This record gives sequence, C-alpha cells and structure tokens, in this order.
Amino acid sequence: MIPQGRNVRRVVITGIGVFASTGKDSETFFQNLLEARSAVRRICQFDPSSLSVQIAAEVPDYNPADYFPAKRLDLLDRFSQFGLLAAQEAMTSSGIEVGEEERPRFGVVSGTGMGGANTLDNEYLNLYRHQATRLHPFTIPRMMHNAATSQMCMEFGAQGPSFTTATACSSAGHAMGEAFHLIKYGMADIMLAGGSEAPITYGMIRSWESVRVLATGNGDPRRACRPFSADREGFVIGEGAAMLLLEELEHAKKRGARILVEISGYGLSSDAGHITQPSVDGPARAVRMALEEAQVAPDEVDYINAHGTGTRLNDVTETQVIKTVFGAHARKLAISSTKSMHGHAMGATGAIELAATAMASERAVIPPTANYTGPDPECDLDYVPNQAREKPVRVAVSNSFAFGGLNAVLLIRKFE
Amino acid sequence: MDITQKVIEIIAREQHLDPSKITEDSKFVELGIDSLDGVNILFALEEEFKVDIPDSVAQNMKSVHQVVDSLTRVLEGKDISDLVAMAKGEAPAAAAR
Repeated sequence: MIPQGRNVRRVVITGIGVFASTGKDSETFFQNLLEARSAVRRICQFDPSSLSVQIAAEVPDYNPADYFPAKRLDLLDRFSQFGLLAAQEAMTSSGIEVGEEERPRFGVVSGTGMGGANTLDNEYLNLYRHQATRLHPFTIPRMMHNAATSQMCMEFGAQGPSFTTATACSSAGHAMGEAFHLIKYGMADIMLAGGSEAPITYGMIRSWESVRVLATGNGDPRRACRPFSADREGFVIGEGAAMLLLEELEHAKKRGARILVEISGYGLSSDAGHITQPSVDGPARAVRMALEEAQVAPDEVDYINAHGTGTRLNDVTETQVIKTVFGAHARKLAISSTKSMHGHAMGATGAIELAATAMASERAVIPPTANYTGPDPECDLDYVPNQAREKPVRVAVSNSFAFGGLNAVLLIRKFE
Repeated sequence: MDITQKVIEIIAREQHLDPSKITEDSKFVELGIDSLDGVNILFALEEEFKVDIPDSVAQNMKSVHQVVDSLTRVLEGKDISDLVAMAKGEAPAAAAR
C-alpha cells in the first residue's frame, strides 16, 4: 500500500535541539531524564494561589533578554522563543550550513497546540478587564499559531515547504511525520521539525482544570505525575520546545554529518469516536501504519516512548493498544513515559519525546518512568520504573495520542 | 510639552534606538522602520496623546516631520481633510509644509 523500494529516499536525524523544563539543551535534558529528575514545581510565571492546580513543568530561571535583543523580542511570544532556541541547538549541533541555492529545499514544520497563549491572555486582560479600546498591533503576529514556524524560517533562511500543525498533543508528532515524508518523497532535502509550546497562563490552567485531567499534587510537585502507577492522578502541564534536523541520507553522508538515528516509519489515524476519550482502535492503527511503512515486525521493537500522560484513562487505553499491536512481545518491550519529568508540553511534547527516544537509541540507555509507585492491574507491562536502563535500542516507537482523537506515531531505527 | 521631542522619544523607545540618533528630519526608511514598526509607533502615539489618527493619515507618515505635523493638527482639532485626501492621492498637498 505504501510505496517502497530502492528509489525511496531515506531520512536521518542529524541534529537535536531541546529547550524544556528538564533542560535548556539536549544534553542536560537527557541527563536529567536518566536521573529521573522531575521539573514539576509550583508555578512561577504568575501567582497560582487561587487555582486548585498550582503546579507545572516550567522552564526554570528563564529570562528572554538573555537570549534575544529587545527589538526581536517585541515580536516573539514565549512559544516562538522556545522554538527558536531549540532550533538553534539543532542547527548548531548538526553542523549544517545551508547554502543560498539549497534554501528552497530546506523547510520548517513545527507543531503547537495553543500558539501564542501568553499574548492572547495578556491582551484579553487589557481588553476585558482594563477596558482597553485598542490592542497592541503585534498581538496577531505574536499569537498566530504559525508564528514560531515563520520565525524559524526567517532565522535560518528556510524557503522550502513549511507549515504549522495544530493537533493538540499530537501536533509535534504530525509535524515530524509530515517533514519526514516531505524529504522521503523528494519535496525537500533538509527539514527542521518539532514543536513548541508555552501554555502556562492563568487562563489556560483554569481551562485545563475544568477538564479534570490535571494532577493536583500541589504539596509534592515533583511526584505529582505518576504515569502507569495505580495511584496516578492525571497529567501536569509542561512547556518548552524540541526541534530536530531531518536530512535526506545521501545529503547527510555527502557533508560528513554525524547521523544520530534514522526515521523510518510514520503512522497517523483518527479515532472518529469521542472528543476527549481515547479509543484502542485509532491509536493501534497508527502504530501499525508506522510499523508497515518501516517494514518492521512488531517483535523487532525494543522501546516505546509512551504517550503516557498519567490520566486514569490514557494509561489503560495505551496499555491495551500496545497489547493489541504487539501481542506477546508487549511484555518484552521496554515502555516509559518521560512526561513524568518534563510534563505534558502539549504541541511540543511529541518532539521532546522523540528527542529522548532518539538519544536513547543512540546511547543504548532508556530513560525511566519517574515516580512509579506500583502496578495498576490494568497497566501491567514493563514501564522501566524509576531507573534508567542500559539496553540496545535498535527500533523504537514514540506515541502521541491527542485530545480530539488524532493520533501520530513515529518509528526510528538505530542507524547502521 | 514639545511634541517633536515626545515623538522622537516614543519612536526611540518602540524601536529600541538611541534618541540622540533621531532628528525631526529623520525618515522612517533611514531608521529601519518598516510598515509593521510604523503601526506599532502609531499605536504608541495614540496611547500617549489619547487621540485617534485616521488610517489614511497614518499611512502617509514616513518621517518624523510628517508624524509631528499630522499629530499637531489632530491635537489642535484642525481640519486634516487635505492630509486625508493627499494620502488617498486625490489632491495636491497644498497645506502640508
């Protein structure tokens, strides 16, 4: 069904950039994950005293003026700042220099669920509470969902296929998958792909509170998010960005790039069932599609970086998905949810997690599910509890299952 | 209050420029002010002087001098129909200095 064969181009990751709660660069980020360090804390961006959920995984000690000149900052919402900072690391670490003639073959696909939430929150505060009669003229260019993507295109001179995906928690998954296919099917040679999110505003947390899916562990923030544990209470909102540099294999080889992993499968599907409740069938079809594209048998998969939000419903459903697709091999797989540490960074989370997955494969060490307290009878697989595990990861899958029932799954291979 | 000084101060603040580098003769293009920057400066001027500057007049503000001139007339409640017409390309700029 999916075109295969020797004419199909291969796609590799040659740069990783992370700017997230658990680390403002990929190395610090991954080390913190291996040490099971949660970044969840009492919210500092505003006074959360009146909220029932007062915790989040914020980027600590973040001062935008340390990174951007004042004139530039005027047009950058926090989610664009994070995207640019992650993209900068991906570009620098890949060692790539995109020449003038290559720019039309270089694009950016970046996901976000909430876009410029901070800008919108501030401007609506001025409008509704302070009765402002006019709003700042930069409101729209700051808050639009494609702002981060466009800012990255401008910063790095990417003139090729570029757009933004907004599929809630799957945004980054879809972004990376689409970027992978743009290269695979010949429309681009180089892509920056990932996601960025800065959803920690008073209005946003209030809105999420109402859905009753957030953990309320205000007394012990670091332990609040406990995916797959019997006593899990929900997810914790996170922020940040991860951007990956994707490159056509021959292009990467020609310039002597360091190849981290290969992306070889992408699956996507829609539950078409319920706006918030996940199904087993939809995600299972997405995982199978990724396996099929990569021509990988289920028992070849060593590691799954789970969607693993830590809600009652997700973790049971995801466990069923894994059992449905992988059969007996489900019990041999290593599965972990790094959201236990970096929180649920919404439209960025899939990219943050694929960064962790790629680094796990490259270094043969799997980050754990932190805060694991004990098995739920309905979540009875190997979730790599609390301690990182040294293990070869030849093939790994990263799941993103979104509110709205739109699923994105990526499959990576160790490059050999 | 000297309107010219205030306008220069606002442009400097919004553009993150050194005010001593801006004079009444400075043109926007020389100061690196593009169309979006212009809208931002306009917003700041309207906030500062508590006035509404019509879009058609605003579009014609391409220098510090033009800003000061238009703003002065708006503040004095003068008829600015000739400025509006000029901006629309309908009449010669008879009244503009």
